[in-house]
Amino acid sequence: MNTFVFIDHFKGNALPSSWEAVGVGKTLGNVTALILGSGVEALGKTAFEFGADEVLLVDDPALADYRAEAFAANFSKLAAEQTPDLLVFPTTTRGRELAGMVAIDLKTGVMVDVTALEAAGDKITVTRPIYAGKLLTKETCSTKPQIITLRGRAFPKPPQQAGKSGTLTKVPAVAGDFPTRVEGYTTSESGVSLADANVIVSGGRGVSNNPALTPPAGLDEKAAEIWRAQQGFALVKDLAASLGAAVGASRAAVDGGYIPYAHQVGQTGKVVSPDVYIALGISGAIQHLAGMRTSKMIVAINKDPEAPIFKLARYGVVGDLFQIVPSLTAAFKKKMGK
Amino acid sequence: MKIVVCIKQVPDSTAKMVVEGGKVSWGDAPLIMNPWDEYAVEAALQQKEALGGTLTAVSIGDESTKEALKRALAMGADDAILISDPVLGYMDTQGIAQILATAINKIGGVDMAFFGRQAIDADAGLVPVQAARLLGWPALTLASVIKIEGGNVRVERGIEEGRQIVTSKLPVVFSLTKDFGEPRYPSFMGIRKAARAEIPTWSLSGLGIPAPVPVIAWPEIMMPPVKEVTCEFITGSSPEEIAETLATKILAEKVL
Repeated sequence: MNTFVFIDHFKGNALPSSWEAVGVGKTLGNVTALILGSGVEALGKTAFEFGADEVLLVDDPALADYRAEAFAANFSKLAAEQTPDLLVFPTTTRGRELAGMVAIDLKTGVMVDVTALEAAGDKITVTRPIYAGKLLTKETCSTKPQIITLRGRAFPKPPQQAGKSGTLTKVPAVAGDFPTRVEGYTTSESGVSLADANVIVSGGRGVSNNPALTPPAGLDEKAAEIWRAQQGFALVKDLAASLGAAVGASRAAVDGGYIPYAHQVGQTGKVVSPDVYIALGISGAIQHLAGMRTSKMIVAINKDPEAPIFKLARYGVVGDLFQIVPSLTAAFKKKMGK
Repeated sequence: MKIVVCIKQVPDSTAKMVVEGGKVSWGDAPLIMNPWDEYAVEAALQQKEALGGTLTAVSIGDESTKEALKRALAMGADDAILISDPVLGYMDTQGIAQILATAINKIGGVDMAFFGRQAIDADAGLVPVQAARLLGWPALTLASVIKIEGGNVRVERGIEEGRQIVTSKLPVVFSLTKDFGEPRYPSFMGIRKAARAEIPTWSLSGLGIPAPVPVIAWPEIMMPPVKEVTCEFITGSSPEEIAETLATKILAEKVL
């Protein structure tokens, strides 16, 4: 089977799920990595090291910033010319929308957020979660090329073989006046993306009610609650920092104004699947569990022994997170030599 | 401005989903407007209020889907259209996008179309971009801030690395996330107006298209495998002792 893999990157830094996609393509046959951008030829070398057989490089100043319409036009043109059997995208913000657009251009369909797949000849059947993972569905596509997006961390990242190379072909960009312009970026405060994180430490409503704290005078009730929550999230962030983890939050914490929405894990937030998920002061509403239930190991600290989160947890502590979390941070720092 | 918001009716997010005889069931959980679509309605209403014009809510479904459209009317949409046809069965995102793009073209003169980022049932998140592609309009997805002046659009949109600031010109398709801000509750007057509203139904022949043929099939729907986990509760005489034991146990699992 011939597969095209979209290498998703931001300013030349590839998202790890791009290499997972190359790995999946390699299990099925020949992989051509598509790299679109400006000054991104170095990514081609990395793509070979992760297993790509060929690289198609569209390197053009007009592609310096990701723009859906420009990227889709280039991707669709190459796929139409070379007629691969399968197009693979990582399920990132860019990968998902490009897959959708390319499917329209090529008059085919997309199977998104795939967590497992099997091939029979050049036809694949995928499995993907629906209803935020409350159910799974198998999917097939009757037209060519088949297009899939892979959920991050659902497939292993292949080993990087230093020095492995292949055929890199430079392709001119599609000329066109695309209707959008990128003015700039504001970057997120945390360096770790939830979708790619090995470890996530999340806080819920429980982080806002430390009885030992007295808010500064003059705050109204809501401001005092947020002040308390911010002190609580400082503990969450300290623990995350000691583990190199990303910081997550429950919907209750986001709706309470304790932390920005970008951190929300759950049905109306991000769906994550880290190796370790540490839930602090999160009771485990069904919508939250839907967003993190596939984590390899769940650890929960909550004062309520009946909290549903404990039903998914490998380890649990019933107790005061404000006392235990600082000690846990200290213990990890000591044990991990930081 | 002529503004359209496309919405979907879905089982409530608290519904316990099961598969019975190969079919999906949500028990007696209520059907609601897809929660992401509420942000789309809110964003559309804000543009209507800022720029003037009309907001039309569009949905595809059976007669019961009028309830979701009535919610949009109660929130402040001016009118609603239900696309319903006995020949419509299972559709993939390509088919849904084709019907919605055709309806937007039939409404005519539309300046912007709003969508929720994805529906919480099928979780595909493809219809906004696919409708945009069929319309030939730019897709400004995952928008958290929208500013429109003199036909020029500026959005901040959420990406893995933070936010990307993008400009374009009308007409455009937007998809919305929770980052946009809380959707309003329907007003009492809005609910009364919505209850009395007559919602027209458009058929596929009215749209002038045959029923889309799905290319994506769902041959089998399953319950996820049940994870057998027994929680080991860590106890100790002090927080330090509990933390020490817990850290040791976590590290012993060799997942870190």
